[in-house]
Amino acid sequence: MMIAFSTLVLLPILAKLVMLLGDGRHLLGLLRSFDQFASIVLEGACERVIVGDLYCDIPLGLNVIRGENVVLIGEMDMEKEELPSHMTAVSTAEIKRAQKAGRDATYLKGSMKNIMKSLDID
Amino acid sequence: MLFFSYFKDLVGREVTVELKNDLAIRGTLHSVDQYLNIKLENTRVVDQDKYPHMLSVRNCFIRGSVVRYVQLPPEEVDIELLHDATRREAR
Repeated sequence: MMIAFSTLVLLPILAKLVMLLGDGRHLLGLLRSFDQFASIVLEGACERVIVGDLYCDIPLGLNVIRGENVVLIGEMDMEKEELPSHMTAVSTAEIKRAQKAGRDATYLKGSMKNIMKSLDID
Repeated sequence: MLFFSYFKDLVGREVTVELKNDLAIRGTLHSVDQYLNIKLENTRVVDQDKYPHMLSVRNCFIRGSVVRYVQLPPEEVDIELLHDATRREAR
């Protein structure tokens, strides 16, 4: 039965991959190994954080990812554009600030909604 | 086993897989396994602008545990066949 899984994943071995994880993170890297639970060994991994039009690649090195956290494994086509052209690369510090700003905005929206709800305003 | 066999028969068809994280991917069903892991070819994300990460991805493997829906064209679905198979499985 493991053969069935192997045929699925075997093709992109050694290919550059985009991996989507259960917590919403996106990793890029080279697939080195896998098992029947879809656990993955990813070499030269980097986490690509995208906030609006800004992106940042945070290098992670060699990682083993437990299969239960894997959502999707995509094979990157080297001839296609990796990212839309309007996106700009920024430093780790800046992307973390942008992420925090996004979280704060969501929190503020949430708390405003709750205040409005408690005041019974339509 | 029923859906494994069913998806095996659907290999080559255009499907849209909606994941539990609300990401929807359209592609040609390439293969499926006993865990209902899905491999799609010629993929494109339904709302491409919302998911810029996937721009250059044309083939992907989707873990069965994260699939919410597999959307099929209605012409391809034989209800009677599914009914019969379900009755057989239930025995």
